[in-house]
Amino acid sequence: MLEIKNLVVQIEDKRILNGLNLTVNNGEVAAIMGPNGSGKSTLSYVIAGKEDYEVLDGEILLDGQNVLEMEPDARAAAGIFLAFQYPLEIPGVASMTFLKAALNAQRKARGEDELTTPDFIKRVNAAATQLEIPKDMLKRALNVGFSGGEKKRMEILQMALLQPTFCILDETDSGLDIDALRIVSEGVNALRSPDRSFLVITHYQRLLNHIVPDTVHVMSAGRIVKSGGKELALELEANGYADYRESEAA
Amino acid sequence: MADVTLMKTPAETALAQAYESAKTTLPGNVESRAEAFELFTRNGLPHRRVEEFKYTDLRALLREAAPFAGMPSADDAKAALQAAKALKGTQALEVPFVNGHFVRDAVDFHNLPEGIEIVPLAEALANGHDWLAKLSPVEWARQNPVYQLNTTFMADGVMLRVVGKVETPVHLRFVTSANSAVATATRILVLVEDEAAVTLIESHESPNGANHQPNDVLEMIAGDRSNVRHIRLNAEGDKALALSTLNAKVGAEAEFFSFNLVTGAATSRHQVFAILDGENTKARINGATMIKGGQHADSTLVVEHAAPHCESRELFKTVIDGESTGVFQGKIIVPHHAQKTDGRMMSAAILLSEGGAMNNKPELEIFADDVQCAHGATCGQLDEDLLFYLMARGIPRKEAESLMVQAFLGEAIEFVEDQDLHDALVAVVEDWLRARA
Repeated sequence: MLEIKNLVVQIEDKRILNGLNLTVNNGEVAAIMGPNGSGKSTLSYVIAGKEDYEVLDGEILLDGQNVLEMEPDARAAAGIFLAFQYPLEIPGVASMTFLKAALNAQRKARGEDELTTPDFIKRVNAAATQLEIPKDMLKRALNVGFSGGEKKRMEILQMALLQPTFCILDETDSGLDIDALRIVSEGVNALRSPDRSFLVITHYQRLLNHIVPDTVHVMSAGRIVKSGGKELALELEANGYADYRESEAA
Repeated sequence: MADVTLMKTPAETALAQAYESAKTTLPGNVESRAEAFELFTRNGLPHRRVEEFKYTDLRALLREAAPFAGMPSADDAKAALQAAKALKGTQALEVPFVNGHFVRDAVDFHNLPEGIEIVPLAEALANGHDWLAKLSPVEWARQNPVYQLNTTFMADGVMLRVVGKVETPVHLRFVTSANSAVATATRILVLVEDEAAVTLIESHESPNGANHQPNDVLEMIAGDRSNVRHIRLNAEGDKALALSTLNAKVGAEAEFFSFNLVTGAATSRHQVFAILDGENTKARINGATMIKGGQHADSTLVVEHAAPHCESRELFKTVIDGESTGVFQGKIIVPHHAQKTDGRMMSAAILLSEGGAMNNKPELEIFADDVQCAHGATCGQLDEDLLFYLMARGIPRKEAESLMVQAFLGEAIEFVEDQDLHDALVAVVEDWLRARA
């Protein structure tokens, strides 16, 4: 379970999050929608632990443990996973080397044994097959020369391999064609389980047809301004964010 | 103009005394020594007002000249070679040197790989040898004070001739085992005949804590259509002042590759003076340097495209940690007749700490009008966004940095085609990174 309490965050003296409160229960898929600049990506980065942000107030509790004091790698080992909106290209680092380093670092942090190479390869292959990722893609440097869709599939592959308990999908639908959207969504849906929760950040209702949320939250000016069920997404699609922008101005 | 009395530094005085007392005992060929020392004495140790030594002020760095090492006993040499670690396990013909002296007993002269001939240099200098005339293949290197000192004091080495395609690499293993500071001056001459191919490995190691002063020169004449791969490792001890020079003259339609990996020595300067002397030759000169603490590492190269239609690629990668200082000076010379030259030189450095420094000085000297030449130099820190990406997957910061450093250096190392050798070099990089974490 993730609880965010009164989170206030700024970057370079600019206030981005203004006392944000949000709870995502185990097994829940929560969608966050909101206009550009409302602070959605900031929220995802702050949960994952990016340094550039200054947290002025509030807490982020993962199963009761405040993660704000933890380094990004410790948060990952504790179960937080951020699927990046723009996955980065890392020339010279082979995808397999990276996957193995990540998986074993997390296992080590949790006091588990490192995986043997055959066991590791078996797990990667299983995840890759499901996400229709060709093997030669895994032989290349991480994300280098990957298309937008390939990069997003690679993010979901990492998620499948690392088995986090709290997953953030930051505009995972951006840059995806219809087929890629289906593959990625199926990959995510396959990971849904009672002890894993998701925070799905998106601009569009379209993604939520594929990954059906339990709750939908509207974010504006650094706060959650409305929460509801999946029907709220349809309402937003029809009416836009105009109502919420007004509340921002008020 | 007032009379100026040139003041000698204590090191210069010691070098003069060393030469005086050694010149009758050093093997043969006294004229070239005398000539080199006379040239050296004119300007003395180079300092920061000498452009080529602007960033590596030898006058300041070499305060005391260490005594030249004597010939080790057979037992000492054997023990030193047994304890040697550098690139251990690579399959090669070992040609070892201990304290700057060729260990003859370690080479089975009757069973050398086909196409390899070895002549001990000290013997050749003492008794005369035809190949001695081939020393100093790069004329202008004689103006270099480091080279002049080596010529003055060269006491031992080998001359090696390669005929045909030799499969077994030749490993020139240099071990300094003395626990107190010694100087060494070795000279290697490699004659690669037309159409011949060879892989030459050089490793240099010495114990930590001693102010050793090796000054090694490897000279090479590579014939037409030859293929030479030269891989060098500087794993000297942490107090050493290591000077080295590669002089290479490469014939037509040849392929020449030289790679130098530096992790060792308090101060090091590796000089490459190469002349591409025949048309359609391809040369690649790479370097990878990893330094920390107060280390100072200088890579200086001058590549002369003396014939048209040659291609050269120079790629130098430097990783700087602690308070260490890196230097890259690279110059490509294209005389007026060397049309259609294609030269590209790149130096990239990563600073892992606040206190480190990198000096990049790429130069092009082009007199021909139909050439493609480019140079670039970069200097920066590891990308924080990439580090965050790796850390967000659970990889701790140091390990994430290591992955990125390995990737960065990998671009220079990947040209080492021999898989065992490549892996051995990567292992050196990994060891360095592990010691850092």
